[in-house]
Amino acid sequence: MKILLIAEHDNRIFKPVNAHLLSAARQLGGDIDILVAGQPEPSVIQSAGQYAGVRQVLTAADPVYEHLLPENLSQLIASLANEYDYVMMPATTFGKNILPRTAALLNVAMVSDVMQIVSPDSFNRPVFAGNAMATVQISEKVKLLTVRATAFSAEAAISETAPIKTLQKVFENTLSRFVRTEQQLSGRPELTAARIVVSGGRGFKSAENFKLLEQFADSLGAAVGASRAAVDAGFAPNDWQVGQTGKIVAPDLYIAIGISGAIQHLAGMKDAKVIVAINSDPDAPIFQVADYGLVGDLFQILPALQDALQQKVH
Amino acid sequence: MKVLVAIKGVPDYSGPVRVLPDGSSVDISSLRKVINPFDEIAVEEAVRLKEKGQVSEIIALTIGLGTAQEILRTALAMGADRGVLIETDQEIQPLAAAAVLAQYAMRETVQLCFLGKQAVDTDNNQTGQMMAGFLGWSQGTFASKVVLNEKGVEVTREIDGGLETVQLVFPAVITTDLRLNQPRYLSLPNIVQAKRKPIDVQPLTALGLDVAARLKTLKVSVPEKKRRSQRVESAAELVACLRRDRVIE
Repeated sequence: MKILLIAEHDNRIFKPVNAHLLSAARQLGGDIDILVAGQPEPSVIQSAGQYAGVRQVLTAADPVYEHLLPENLSQLIASLANEYDYVMMPATTFGKNILPRTAALLNVAMVSDVMQIVSPDSFNRPVFAGNAMATVQISEKVKLLTVRATAFSAEAAISETAPIKTLQKVFENTLSRFVRTEQQLSGRPELTAARIVVSGGRGFKSAENFKLLEQFADSLGAAVGASRAAVDAGFAPNDWQVGQTGKIVAPDLYIAIGISGAIQHLAGMKDAKVIVAINSDPDAPIFQVADYGLVGDLFQILPALQDALQQKVH
Repeated sequence: MKVLVAIKGVPDYSGPVRVLPDGSSVDISSLRKVINPFDEIAVEEAVRLKEKGQVSEIIALTIGLGTAQEILRTALAMGADRGVLIETDQEIQPLAAAAVLAQYAMRETVQLCFLGKQAVDTDNNQTGQMMAGFLGWSQGTFASKVVLNEKGVEVTREIDGGLETVQLVFPAVITTDLRLNQPRYLSLPNIVQAKRKPIDVQPLTALGLDVAARLKTLKVSVPEKKRRSQRVESAAELVACLRRDRVIE
């Protein structure tokens, strides 16, 4: 069996999500090649080779791939795909942008958001906002999969390094051009990778009050999330949104404050190890999915929580 | 400039989702079909461009049963000019939907196509990218801002950890994210007017495309996760519980 992984990186950093993708690929078994396309720094290529099971790192380093745009990156992947049984990408905005286009170029169906490998050709994936799990079978000769990182553990790096093969494939992109990126710089951990996520909902009543949530998150070293209702109300930016239509998170601890627990939101956080719900409405649906529920006014509970956290452990 | 908007009818997402006892599928028989919320944003964006005079005609297309005309009426009431129903009782998967859209876009020589980034029932997030791939068009996925300019269209995309802006040449496929706009409410005069707008119904079989389902659903189950659902009485008790579970220090 031969597997091609497409590495996610920003030319400087080999993203942690790749380690999860590798562990999914190792479950399938076989020779794993990792494609690093773009204008990567040497450390990115080196990181890609430092995992067990990796046969070789393929590099396509050319200015035409610098911003990893879909129009020509999908052509590059499609030109390699037929030598493989699987082509895998993380189910991030990067993978979701590139892989379906590649599938069309190959005229094959693909599976999005793989959460479990059931057999070599069948996979579990969430549907209806995670309210149901579908087991789907794919019969294409080359199977294209995007993989939910949160559903697979991270593969540990090893000291050996796989050989590097340089590809001489240049597909020009005349259709699109990169203009700019605006990265959110907060100093907080990234939402999808954080160990603790603290999320707020409409219960905060205003954008001003949402700062209380940010302070609380910072005291825990947590990432900040928000419900769609809070985003729609303008309390929080859209990229904080946790849910079916936002980010999918699975931290060790998820604290939902002032969030009622719409299905939409639950889809984004119900795989967290421990869930805490704080809400003034004792009948809020969020309590049904929580491990610990605390009913009360969040504006009184938040300071009390911060006090309790500062107390020394006996 | 002609714009195509692809829309899908999905089971009302405010309703309950139950898996059939035999695990073959999800029981959606009791749920009425509504326009996929991301597609509603797609229609709205096209209508706004038309109101600015940057678009001449908006065609709304859907694939499905005859009853899917209701979904098209919603798009027409929002401001689309005409509807197209590709009629079938078959399950249409993303690759097939993309093939239908690509063929139609070529035939009607549209310059721009809007789709929602994903449908909230199957959650695939594939069709727009596949359509762009079939056509060899530029693509701007997860759009939160769309600006037409002399070179084509500038699209700001919601990506993990921020925003990315790309310049696309026409023809282009754009998939819409939540923040792009707030779809308008339908006014009664618009709903009445929409009834007079044309809907062209064509059988899927007439298109001569391979639309066979490539993926087979073996089983649908309800993911179970046992939660303690323990009520705590105070912040201090909560912190003690979390320390005991070793999730905080």
